[in-house]
Amino acid sequence: MELTTVWFVLIGVLWTGYFVLEGFDFGVGVLLPILGRDNVDRRIMINAIGPVWDGNEVWLLVAGGATFAAFPEWYATLFSGFYLPLLLILLALIIRGVAFEFRGKHDSDRWRRGWDQAIFWGSLLPAFLWGVAFGNIVAGVPINAQHIYTGNLFTLLNPYALLGGLVTLGLFLLHGAVFLSLKTGGDLRARARTLALRISPAVVAVAAAFLVITQIMHGKPLTWATTALAAGALIGGVVAAVRGREGWAFAGTAITIVLATATLFLDLWPNVMPSSTSALYSLTVTNAASSPYTLKVMTWVAAIFTPVVLGYQAWTYWVFRKRLTRTPAAQ
Amino acid sequence: MDVLDLSRWQFGITTVYHFIFVPLTIGMALLVASMQTAWHRTGNETYLRMTKFFGKLFLINFAMGVVTGIVQEFQFGMNWSDYSRFVGDIFGAPLAMEGLLAFFLESTFLGLWIFGWNRLSPRLHLATIWLAAIGTTLSAYFILAANSWMQHPVGYRINPETNRAELTDIWAVLTNSTTLVTFPHVLFGAFITAAGFLIGVSAWHLARGREVPLFRKAMRIGLAVSLASGIAVAATGDIQARLMTEQQPMKMAAAEALYETSAPASFSLFTLGTPDGSEELWSLRVPNVLSFMATGDFNGSVEGINDLQKEYVAKYGPGDYRPSIPVTYWTFRLMIGFGALASLLALVGLWLTRKGRTPNSRWFYRAALAAMALPFLANAAGWIFTEMGRQPWSVYGVLRTAASVSPGVDVTTVAISLGAFTIVYAVLAAITAVIMARHAKAGPPDLTAQKEAADPTIPALTY
Repeated sequence: MELTTVWFVLIGVLWTGYFVLEGFDFGVGVLLPILGRDNVDRRIMINAIGPVWDGNEVWLLVAGGATFAAFPEWYATLFSGFYLPLLLILLALIIRGVAFEFRGKHDSDRWRRGWDQAIFWGSLLPAFLWGVAFGNIVAGVPINAQHIYTGNLFTLLNPYALLGGLVTLGLFLLHGAVFLSLKTGGDLRARARTLALRISPAVVAVAAAFLVITQIMHGKPLTWATTALAAGALIGGVVAAVRGREGWAFAGTAITIVLATATLFLDLWPNVMPSSTSALYSLTVTNAASSPYTLKVMTWVAAIFTPVVLGYQAWTYWVFRKRLTRTPAAQ
Repeated sequence: MDVLDLSRWQFGITTVYHFIFVPLTIGMALLVASMQTAWHRTGNETYLRMTKFFGKLFLINFAMGVVTGIVQEFQFGMNWSDYSRFVGDIFGAPLAMEGLLAFFLESTFLGLWIFGWNRLSPRLHLATIWLAAIGTTLSAYFILAANSWMQHPVGYRINPETNRAELTDIWAVLTNSTTLVTFPHVLFGAFITAAGFLIGVSAWHLARGREVPLFRKAMRIGLAVSLASGIAVAATGDIQARLMTEQQPMKMAAAEALYETSAPASFSLFTLGTPDGSEELWSLRVPNVLSFMATGDFNGSVEGINDLQKEYVAKYGPGDYRPSIPVTYWTFRLMIGFGALASLLALVGLWLTRKGRTPNSRWFYRAALAAMALPFLANAAGWIFTEMGRQPWSVYGVLRTAASVSPGVDVTTVAISLGAFTIVYAVLAAITAVIMARHAKAGPPDLTAQKEAADPTIPALTY
């Protein structure tokens, strides 16, 4: 396999990891004011993602860094082109990140409620906007011969991309609700499950619509399979949730996100950012890539250190595997 | 203002702001890890309370460092896309390594440290803070390797077909002479920053006679670390100055506002000049010192700005190769001056606390509290000096800053983003300062009360 292919796959894996992991903590963030009836609820919800959300977010930073290293043209075109949505995402992530740290630092309901709002919006905006961004990447945006994006903000807010935003938001919400039903106990667990079931028909509908449109407009024969499997995993996850099999339900939503992301990357290949101006101007794995030497160096680095990172991140989840429940002291 | 100016302001503001938190994170991670180690070794609960108290302050700061760091990862692409296209082949590699090797390490193990007090064995729990500390240090190394390549590009070639810089030797980039001396300089600067923080917070409590044994100990740690690191920063800075003279002679000349080549060259402590900095009205000078700083010889010849400008024109073609002289001149002095003051305070403090003494002097405590700002100011001045002194280049001798900016981004967009970051950062700075001050004033936790509240849903250092 060529190294450009390896890095295309790796960057796909990094985004997939990011969406699967940060997906549930975005979901929990949005659900915070919805499912958290009192401060104990909300504290349990935040503590359920507390030990891991920051590590989850690093997947994004590494995806960004890896794109810079392996496909500088892609990095340059994407982030200068999608400037304002990215700015919104960055501001949201900033406010959300400090909110987790600051909300418990002053004992006042108003103070905490303010930061809960910050967590809500700071989770909702990126959850929606990443879908918009990936919808645009797959559909193609105006890019000129110099690989410069020539559209504006409103070019990005087209119906297909907005539908993509709804899909990521919906999937992350469901993923987060299922995560909460897996990680918490008592009344909160039951409410999380109820909410997951209540939103699942809508999530299935938008996800199916988006994937089918994607398949028709940008699909390949192979992506029929991933699309079908993604749909199967989603429905399987919902069925598991109905039956109260929370572990399986979480696996179902996680696999759905993996397959949906994989579908988008497969549709993209061998482009990394198709140009809607002319196919000649599209950024591809070849013309956007770094030199073979850089790719070789980075492949070694990734081959050695990725397993180590996966190992200790998995161990973290193992350490914090216990359900968080109300204790008599916290009642 | 055009896109270039606004983008430079944005990079300057976001980076200097980010670097308020970074050195404190690096230094505090190590100090908190050392405190916890001391507790682990001796079983002395004073160290445990110290760990928890300073650990909490460390985490408030860490959160700010993390969130402002996200912007750094993406703004090269946003505002400097032509730079990214030109150097991505080289510059992206250390950035990706930083993410994979350092960011994962610090964030994952810090999460384990915060929530693992009751869940991990004491030894394993101690290991988590050390791994997080190693992560922060590794992160500094990789990002400095990337920055050093901009100061002194090595291990690359320009591909004539694509007109891009391409990596030819990763080892040369990672062992760049500039990296090897900048890394310890920045690292010890971070230790001074954290030490100054320890000294200041301890001074506040000692002045009020609170928790004297604990804060006297914390202050002694801070003073010793500050002084030792001060010496190390001066020593590495000295090597850096000579390396800079060799690699970026214009920056050294600009640091002294030395227009004419001189042998020997004197160092001015203070100058009053015309507003544009081109003419000197009055100055306080120490003979031969610049010669020594730049060359290691008290009579060495130091090239002046005018000669260098001619040389650069001959080498790189027509253009103005002079950085902003007032900015480089003053930031260079402020960096050294603030750093020296911090060391002086550490020396005085060590004398006043010698042999079990606790100072009984109000002015010392006031000075120690005010001196918390010194390392931060020195850090900022140092970075502004080294980055502004490299202008007009973004990659020295290879790529100009004016040719680095994003061509497809308009003024309005950058103005919105500059405005948004400035406002959000200013608000967060105010909130952080208030929270920090409140928790610093609250003092160390009562351990017996904490044991009673050993609730699995509420970690020791709770959100």
